[in-house]
Order: sequence, then structure tokens, then C-alpha cells
Amino acid sequence: MTKYLKTADMEWYKQRVIISMLFVAAAFIVLFVRLFYLQVIKGDELRRLSENNRIRLQSTDPPRGLIFDRNGVLLVDNRPSFDLSIILKDAKPVKETIRKLSKYIHVSESELTAKIASAKHSSPYKPIVLKQDIGRDMLAAVEVRKYDLPGIGVNVKPRRHYINKHRAAHLIGYLGEISSGELKSSKYSELKQGDFIGKFGVEKAFESFLRGKRGGRQVEVNVMGQVVSVLKTVDARPGKNIFLTIDHILQKQAEVLLKDVAGAVVAMDPENGHILALASSPPFDQNIFVDGMSHEQWEALISNPFRPMENKAIQGEYPPASTFKIITAIAGLEEGIIDDNFIIYCPGHYKYGNRIYRCWKRGGHGNVDLVKALAESCDVYFYQVGQKLTIDRLASYATACGLGSPTGINLDQEAEGLIPTSAWKRRRTGISWQGGETLSVAIGQGYNLVTPLQMVVLTAAVANGGIRYKPLILKEIKTAEGKTIISGERQSIGQLPISKQTLARVNKCLWEVVNHPKGTGRIARIDGIDVSGKTGTAQLVKRRDDDTESEADISDHLKDHAWFVSYAPSVDPKIAVAVIVEHGEHGSSAAAPIARDIMRTYLKKDEYDRHLRLAANPSMRITIKDKTQTGEKDAIQRSM
Amino acid sequence: MFDRRFINYFDWGLLGLSVLLGFVGLATLYSAVSSSIPTQSPHKILYFKQLIWYGAGLAVMVIAFLINYKSIERWALLFYGICILLLVCVMYFGKYVGGAKRWLILGPISVQPSEIVKIAVIISLARYYSKIANTGGINLRDLFTPLVITIIPFFLIVKQPDLGTAMLVILIAGSMTVFIKIEKRSLLFIIVSCSLIAPMVWFFLKGYQKIRILTFLNPDRDPLGAGYHIIQSKIAIGSGMITGKGFLKGTQNALFFLPEQHTDFIFSVLSEEWGFAGSTALLIVFLMLIIYGLNVAYRCRDPFGTILSVGITSMIFWQAFINIGMAMGLMPVVGVPLPFISYGGSSIISIMICIGLLINVSMRRFMFE
Repeated sequence: MTKYLKTADMEWYKQRVIISMLFVAAAFIVLFVRLFYLQVIKGDELRRLSENNRIRLQSTDPPRGLIFDRNGVLLVDNRPSFDLSIILKDAKPVKETIRKLSKYIHVSESELTAKIASAKHSSPYKPIVLKQDIGRDMLAAVEVRKYDLPGIGVNVKPRRHYINKHRAAHLIGYLGEISSGELKSSKYSELKQGDFIGKFGVEKAFESFLRGKRGGRQVEVNVMGQVVSVLKTVDARPGKNIFLTIDHILQKQAEVLLKDVAGAVVAMDPENGHILALASSPPFDQNIFVDGMSHEQWEALISNPFRPMENKAIQGEYPPASTFKIITAIAGLEEGIIDDNFIIYCPGHYKYGNRIYRCWKRGGHGNVDLVKALAESCDVYFYQVGQKLTIDRLASYATACGLGSPTGINLDQEAEGLIPTSAWKRRRTGISWQGGETLSVAIGQGYNLVTPLQMVVLTAAVANGGIRYKPLILKEIKTAEGKTIISGERQSIGQLPISKQTLARVNKCLWEVVNHPKGTGRIARIDGIDVSGKTGTAQLVKRRDDDTESEADISDHLKDHAWFVSYAPSVDPKIAVAVIVEHGEHGSSAAAPIARDIMRTYLKKDEYDRHLRLAANPSMRITIKDKTQTGEKDAIQRSM
Repeated sequence: MFDRRFINYFDWGLLGLSVLLGFVGLATLYSAVSSSIPTQSPHKILYFKQLIWYGAGLAVMVIAFLINYKSIERWALLFYGICILLLVCVMYFGKYVGGAKRWLILGPISVQPSEIVKIAVIISLARYYSKIANTGGINLRDLFTPLVITIIPFFLIVKQPDLGTAMLVILIAGSMTVFIKIEKRSLLFIIVSCSLIAPMVWFFLKGYQKIRILTFLNPDRDPLGAGYHIIQSKIAIGSGMITGKGFLKGTQNALFFLPEQHTDFIFSVLSEEWGFAGSTALLIVFLMLIIYGLNVAYRCRDPFGTILSVGITSMIFWQAFINIGMAMGLMPVVGVPLPFISYGGSSIISIMICIGLLINVSMRRFMFE
């Protein structure tokens, strides 16, 4: 290795340093030449482009993804909106331009200058929006006088449009302008002030899919700020399209049926958890959130005592009332309290301690077994089952059935409800649990709170043999080109705490609720299809320990809530429905017909097709409701 | 201990050039922050912050030339280790700013360890190369240690991600290695194997990574981002013409196009206001500083001092060349600060340490034998 013998001496280093100096000199010559080229040779041209900053960037908003129902019926799309804006640096003299503009479009000068004043802090080259969503007349007036209005521009933006007023308003939700807090979060790093994002419902839950990617173009403008040529364009990428699990026919029907009441309807496919309809009443108009609403409109929305802004199907917490007897029955059966010999005599009331607990039927039910107890909703029977179970055992069954915790639906603000335990009460009030309270809980009163969504998941599980499926609102997400990128997957979230045999007994009882001559849910019968269900009448005012109020004392707005949970067909069910009607008084009369009509539409093809035709041609509206109700009454009379 | 010769041999030229560049930097920064959106006065704070950083930089510079560079050579590994540790800290405790994790928060100030790591790499490589240099050039086996020294900080910085600084580490290490000369056969081997591996790496990259690299090489692919910045930067520079628009008279940076106008694109602000005359003057000052640095290497009498000076000078050279080249549209858009001029405390501190080290080597040139 001879080369290692030649150690580098300082003379050798000096040579290398000189070579380095030459290299540096060469590199700097390149820089000098480039500088000379830009500033001396191209100087004039670039100076011209620099005047009034001729090369500008204009951004194009992406069209937001569309929303469809399960069958591809369009529910939400975008429409073009023309926004009038001004760029101060181009609009010289600004005062004169504003004066002329005001004359052409008949908007007062003061309104326009106020808009400009409110945006004083932005760059003078940033367009300030003077008026959003101007009409064709105003657009024409501005376009015609374009050369008289320097710095004034009209930008076309896609604007959200909810096609059917009120349709699935709570489920779909709405958009709102991004807040300064949201702007700071990394989730919205691509957004800027003035952008709209989903604030509620599906619009919020699938925001990242629905939102596309902003595009833009490099343009050269003239002194007046008008585009002379487009240098480069990057197309905006549209958002992904969302296909929901809901069926717009069922959804519409649910909304029509809830039209004059406050309440909620949730329909679900028991086999996979697909939400077929999710309606809350009263609804609200989603379009005013996008188009801008007046102060009065907003006041009206938030001060309405029937709370239109609340999605009652997932946010409403109600006492489950007699629908909870399904849980009490399950617990009683599984714990061996209810067996074939467990028969109770109901005189219309039950004495516990020194208090009388009434049955809803003053005259009493006489001898009651499980079938009769559920079919006729005997309170006394379940008082005794509850008393034997004790509160914590009962609560553990309710919790295992999914009550008292959110179902995990992909929507914001889902309420969790409440299943009381003795520990909960002590923690909450400091007072220990009273035996009498267990009696109230056993019939679904007391501290119990559930949401309609929890009840439909429970009902679906009872219907399908015991599997609780996560409620699913997303069928699939597709790209604008139609390629499916995500499909909603059926997901089990638990198993009812009950054996198949015991569940079959409960199913039989729920069939009796509708089909027994004295069943409380007999109004829900459908010709040719077996229906099962359970009624409920929820006391609105919480009953205190010493409360002995009678129904007659209660004023109108404190009337009981009406519940009906059901599924059909009774064997191999295809649909489960939970209905609550606030102040509807009786589950049997107020809630059950709604569930029945929805199930009939879903299960009977001719009925579905009739609604489809109706939807396509709203003018041939006929009074379906009256016709069918008389028919039902006949049927009930026949069977009695 | 104190030797009068330190004063006699003190390199006033280096100090003078640095102070001159410092003033140019402050003036340009002042213009850049004043002509950005006028109502946002908090931007002026940037200017005062920079002033304070210069003060701190001067102090660090004094320390950097007082310690004999021979002892710096001895402690090279420790310094390197601490710097790597800091980079690891950034990975775990760093602060996210604009999608990258480059900063460590130390009380009221935030520092960017990657700026200091460059110096650690230079010192470590100088120490290693000074021991093995020979006129025939080093071979592949000798390159293993330098590769390790370079690759560790490189990957840590790439992960932040800070492609500009990571690339700079490679460029500096590469320059020092080429300076020390690589044996012909080894060099040939490196070139051939690199050109074979590159396409294979490309094949394994994911789609978005390829797009990112293509955009990096050709900013025109991103007309709304880097491409637009380049165009505006070129217009700003060109519109300065021969004499410039005058101090504080620049208009281009008032446009909302350059969020990085006081860091990466500071040259276009200066060029617009001072024209070809002013820009040329700045280039000449930079060229003088670099030649001066190389002259320190030339006059130095021991290999470590020489290689150290070459390494430091190569850092100043590459940063100036890349930053100015980028502003004029000659280079990909990378975040490499222009020494002395760009805003940034860590960058100032790092460059002042470098000047201190050059003075260090320069004033001890007669202390040997």
C-alpha cells in the first residue's frame, strides 16, 4: 500500500484550497449571470408585472361531496352561488367605484362600505366579499358595466343545497362557517376564513370525505384587476359522495307521520344495523344555515319549546316506560324468578311498604302470567318481578342490553341515557336506594332514561335472536367517478344476556302484545304480516317518593310521552322501529300507528311502490292515513 | 496564558465582513416586516428579536474563538454526542410548527438543534479526516466512519422533516470528503453504485413521495404553492432592475404571497429594493467572506485547522448559493436560510459560532512548532 506512505503535507492542502476557491468563483459567476439576466435583460418585463402585482393566485373551491339515500336518490347537492367582491388595490378610486356600484345594484353605499370596514385587517390584495349569492339581475348589472367598475369581481362558488326542505334534517345536519378556533386545529389546516364546514349530523361526521381539495389558478390581471390571461390551473378535486343507509321513502313517511307532533322515529334493519329512517320532529330548514338566517329565524329556532334543533332520536332522553318491561322480563326469566308457576293476581294496585303502587288499569288484570303481563302491560306483575330482582340485578341486565351507554352511532352528541343503581343514587344524592324506587324502575319509570336509538337497537336484537348491531348510517362512500372506497360494515356490539329459548318466550309475548285480542299494541297489526312490539306510556314529570298524582291533574303540556317499539315480520324480521311521540299520552294510540305504517310501507311492495309514485308526483296526494285507519279499526273489531 | 500575539493576529477582516453582513440583514429584515401587512405590527417584534439574537451571537462568537481549537478537536465527540441527543429530544419533545417538528422550547426561547448539528458534523469530520488524509486519496473503508457521522443526523433531520437542512449536512460532508480527495477507484465505485441504486429506490417510493420529489425538482408542478412563490420571487428580483426601487419601497412582498419572506425569500426583498447594483454588492461581500474563509484554511499550518476551515466555509457557501439560487429560480425550493440575512435565532447563533471558529483558526496560525 504505497499510497499510504505519502502523508499529506501542508503544501498539498494549499493546492486543494486553491482548487476550492476556483470552484466557488465559478459558482458565483453562475449567480451573477442569473442576476444580470433577471434584473437587466428581463428587468423591464418583470417591472411591468410587478406593478399592481399582476400575477395573482385565485383559488377555486371544490364542490362538496353529494349525499344520497341507500337507493341512490339524491338528497343533498350543490348549486352555483355568485359572490360579489372587491379588491381594494385594484378599485382605485375606491369611493367612486363604490358609489357607482351602489347605483348599479341598488344596495346602499353605507352597507357596502361597512363590509369593507369590517375586513380592514386583511391584505389589500385579498378580495373582500361585498354580497354573497347575488341574483341574476345583479349579476347582469355588474357584468355589463365591468369596465366601469375596477377591482369589482364576481366569483362563482359551489353552495350547499338541501334538496327537500326538512328531509332528514337532523341526520344530514348542516354546514356553518369555520370558526377561528377550528381554523387553528390541524384537522382543518387546508381551510381559510370564510370556508364552510359540517357542523352537525352527517355533514360533520363525514366532513373529511365530503370536503374536496381546493384548486386554483395563476392569472395575469390588468391594472383594473381584471384577468387578462390564465397562466396555470389546478383543478379543484370534488369531495367524496356519501350513500346513507336510509330509505328516502321511509324517511319521508316518518317525517309526514310526525308532522304535527314532537317526537322521533328510528327504523333499523335487525340483520345488519342499517338505519332505514331516522326522523326527529319538529324539523328545521337546513338551507337557512348555509344561505344565512335572520336574527328572528335563529331566535325562533332556539326558543321553540319543541326543540327543533335537537335530534330527538339520538339526543332525546326519555323514561322508557312500559317498553322497559322487556328488560324486566328478560332479567326475571334469566334469574329464574319468572317460571311457569309465577302467576300474579292483579287487583289494580300493589301495596309496598305503606304506599300504594297503581296498575295503569284501575280495575286490575286478574290472574296474570308473563304472556298476559306483557300483552296487557300489567304493572303489578312487573312491580313484583322487580321487587324480587332488586335494583342492582335489574340494572345489570339493562346495562348488558345496551341501555345507559351510547350505541356508538357515527353522529355527534349522542346521549347515553341513564340506568340507575343503588351506588349511583348514593353518589348522586347521598340518600340510599329505597325499595319502592325499584318498583318504578321495573316498569320503566323513575330515574330510567333511554334514547329512541337505544330502544331500536334493543328491539332489533330481541328480533334477530340476541345480537346487538351498531347502528349504521353509512352504506358506502364513493369517489366522484363512482368508485367505492369505503363500505359500511355490519358490526356487533354485544349479545343480549339471554338464552335462545328464553328469548323465544319473550318474542312470543311481544307477538301477543299486537295479536292478542286485548293486546295493548293491537292497532299495529298489518294485513298478512305478523307484527311484534311493546307499547309504553312515559310519565313526563318524575314521580317522587310520596307522589300520588292522578292522570287527570296533569295539564296538556305535561301529558305523558307515547312509546312503541316493534319489529316485523315476527319470524325472520326485516325491520325494527322505535317511535316516541312527546305528550302523545298513550303508546297504543299515538305511537303504534306510526310504526305500523312505516313497517307496512317497507314490507309490502305495492305499498312501497305507491309511496314511490307519490314521491315522484306530489300532486296526486291522497289521504292515506284516514283510509287505512278505518281499515285497521275494522280489523281490530273483527278480531275482538 | 494570554498571548499578545492573539491581538496582533486577530482577524479583523473576518469580523468586519460579518458585521457588515449583519447590518445588511437587519436592514432587509426591517423592510420585509414593515412592508408586510401594515396593521399587523406584532411583525415588528421579529426585527427586535433578531437584534437580540445578534447580540447573543456576538457573545457566542467570542467564546468560539477564545477556546483553542486544539481543545475543540479533543472534545469533538462529546459535542457531537450532545447535538445528536438534542435532535433525539426534538423527536420526542419538539414543538410542531407548520407541520414540522424542528423546535425545542427552552423557557422563553425556541431553538433549532439541527442548525448546531451542522457544526458538530464539521468538527467531527475534520478531526477524523486530519488523521487519515494522504495524497493518494482515501478509500472505501476509510469512508465508513464519516458515513456514520453524517447519516445519523441526516435521518434525524429528515424525520422532522427539514429536507433543506438534511441536504445541507450531506453537501457539507460531501464537500469535505471531496476536499480530502477520494481514491480514484473508490470514487468510481461510489458513482456507479449510486446511479444503480437511485432508480431502485425510486421504484420503491410511494406515489405521494414521488410527487413530492418531482415537485421539489420542478416547482412548476405546484403552481399554487412553490411554483407561485418562485414566480413572485423572480418578479420581485427582476423588477428591481439596475438601481432598485429604494429602501422600504419594495411592493412585491406586500402581496400575501410569501409567508417565508423574512426567512427563505429574504434575498428577493433585498434585490427588489436595491436592484442589480445592491444585489451584486451583496454577492461580492459573500464571495469575499467565502474566499476569506478559504484563505484561513490556506494559511493554517495543521491539517485539522485547515479541514475545519474548509468545512465551515463550505457551509456558508452552500447556504448562500442555494438560498440565492432558489430565489432566482435556479434551484428547487428548499428552506435553507441565507447566512446573516434570513430571520431566525438558531441560524444566527450557528453562523456566529462558525465565524468565531474561523477567527479561532486564523489567529492561532503562528502558534505551531
